[in-house]
Amino acid sequence: MAKHEGEIASSALVTNRTRGKKIRQVKTDFSGGKVIILGSVLPILLVIVWEILSRMGVFPAYQLPAPTTIIETIREMAQDGTLWTHIGVTTFRVFAGFALGTIVAIILGSFVGFYKKAEQIFDPMIQAFRSIPSLAWVPLFILWMGIGEPSKITMIAVGVFFPVYLNIVSGIMGVDRKLIEVGKMYGLNTFHLIRKVILPASLPSFLVGLRSGLGLGWMFVVAAELMGASQGLGYLLVLGQNTLSPEIIIASIILFAIIGKLSDWVLKLVEKRTLQWQDSLIKS
Amino acid sequence: MSLELRNISRSFDGKQAVSNISFSAQPGEIIGILGTSGCGKSTLLRAISGLDSSYNGEIAINGNTTKEIRDTTGFIFQESRLFPWLTVLDNITFGLKGNKQDKIIRAKQYLEHVGLKECGELYPRQLSGGMAQRVAIARALVTSPEILLLDEPFSALDAFTKMQLQDLLLNIWKTYQSTIILVTHDIDEAIYLCNRIIILRGQPGKIDKEIEIKEPHPRDRGSKQLVEYKAKILDSLDLNKPSVKTS
Ligand SMILES: Nc1ncnc2c1ncn2[C@@H]1O[C@H](COP(=O)(O)OP(=O)(O)O)[C@@H](O)[C@H]1O
Ligand SMILES: [Mg+2]
Repeated sequence: MAKHEGEIASSALVTNRTRGKKIRQVKTDFSGGKVIILGSVLPILLVIVWEILSRMGVFPAYQLPAPTTIIETIREMAQDGTLWTHIGVTTFRVFAGFALGTIVAIILGSFVGFYKKAEQIFDPMIQAFRSIPSLAWVPLFILWMGIGEPSKITMIAVGVFFPVYLNIVSGIMGVDRKLIEVGKMYGLNTFHLIRKVILPASLPSFLVGLRSGLGLGWMFVVAAELMGASQGLGYLLVLGQNTLSPEIIIASIILFAIIGKLSDWVLKLVEKRTLQWQDSLIKS
Repeated sequence: MSLELRNISRSFDGKQAVSNISFSAQPGEIIGILGTSGCGKSTLLRAISGLDSSYNGEIAINGNTTKEIRDTTGFIFQESRLFPWLTVLDNITFGLKGNKQDKIIRAKQYLEHVGLKECGELYPRQLSGGMAQRVAIARALVTSPEILLLDEPFSALDAFTKMQLQDLLLNIWKTYQSTIILVTHDIDEAIYLCNRIIILRGQPGKIDKEIEIKEPHPRDRGSKQLVEYKAKILDSLDLNKPSVKTS
């Protein structure tokens, strides 16, 4: 057994190294806190200057209201409950569209990824559709489905579909043939090969697709709600424009930013948990 | 478990990679397939494994000539080919069937066997090349294959690790007595490990010579006998004369 000692020593070295990495990571987290503080100095300064200039009347209130006015607007909406309905409605639309787009993308993407025939049949058409700017569909969807929820959700689903689909296909096609061979050596049938090798191997790519799909979902919900809605954050944008109240518009923009970031953060967390085996994620 | 190859040929796009290979292996024998790069060693091994079925000729394993992957055959590749999303332990249990608890017990046993008892929870990215190859060995052995196919399994490792793993392989072979087909381009490795060395030459690769190494295991790497065998092999490969091109 003495012969293995070198190897075992080197294994100890590796664990030491990972431990060292962890310590360093704590350090970078710490300096990460510093970075956050450093990064927020400028925005805070700007907001203060903005507040002061607004109070001095340099920015006319009907064009750029003071930050406190905007916060007050949000607070009022929160108090009378409308804020939660708007946020709820918009979030529901995004998630419904996101779910629909993702499901269709998974089905089509898996087919195209797994079967050469399906690729030859579907992929050229999907690529052609991809070259259409998705917002161009809006009038058609409204014509077909009216101005209610279906057209909005379809709209968002179209936006979500493409990044998810493309990443699934490239993920599946990019699975290392060598790993598939290992699976075959263990006598896995096609179904088990997919479940135990191809799916886990293409998961990172799929999650990348989900995140960019969600980002597009938030973008498209704005477009969909601008087209006509009686509720939702996008409706607040229109409302603010029509009632000449920039504070409502800016409040809506801020809320979009917060919720969008929050939902991305959730996905990022999921990604981190499921992909802890990956090299790159440990580093970042 | 007996293995017999009868007139195996394999072409890729009309170009022959190996031609007319026949040999047989006795149960428990270690056979080395030695040859320069590109002479069809991997092609031959993939045919035996069943990963490739587009060859001509017959491969009989215990008299059975079906061209398919059998669960009595294990394959160790040049790269460890561990699944990066599974821990070391899960990688080893990957090919096992049955009760989860039993699988883990069995995997741990083999992990200890390859000297990595403490590493079950690590992910492949945390392993050195030598450790990863040890895990690959454990993964291939845990299903108790009767025939073990190895395709240049140690060629990417440093000289010391390589020697350790060669000894590990011998230990395992002594315990389980599987039939081993070892593809290599390392003459020392072949001489140290094999009972019989089949030398492939040319393109398409053909059997040039079979050399039996009668030294009992364990062998002394520097012994006079092994050096003589080496000279013999170098001669037959025309590599022993400086004037001849070696590429
Ligand atoms: N999948 C393949 N497609 C086309 N040619 C191949 C393929 N696999 C191997 N070959 C050819 O067969 C010959 C032998 O290859 P290989 O068995 O990998 O050699 P070795 O393992 O001895 O280095 C080479 O000329 C190689 O180009
Ligand atoms: Mg090869």
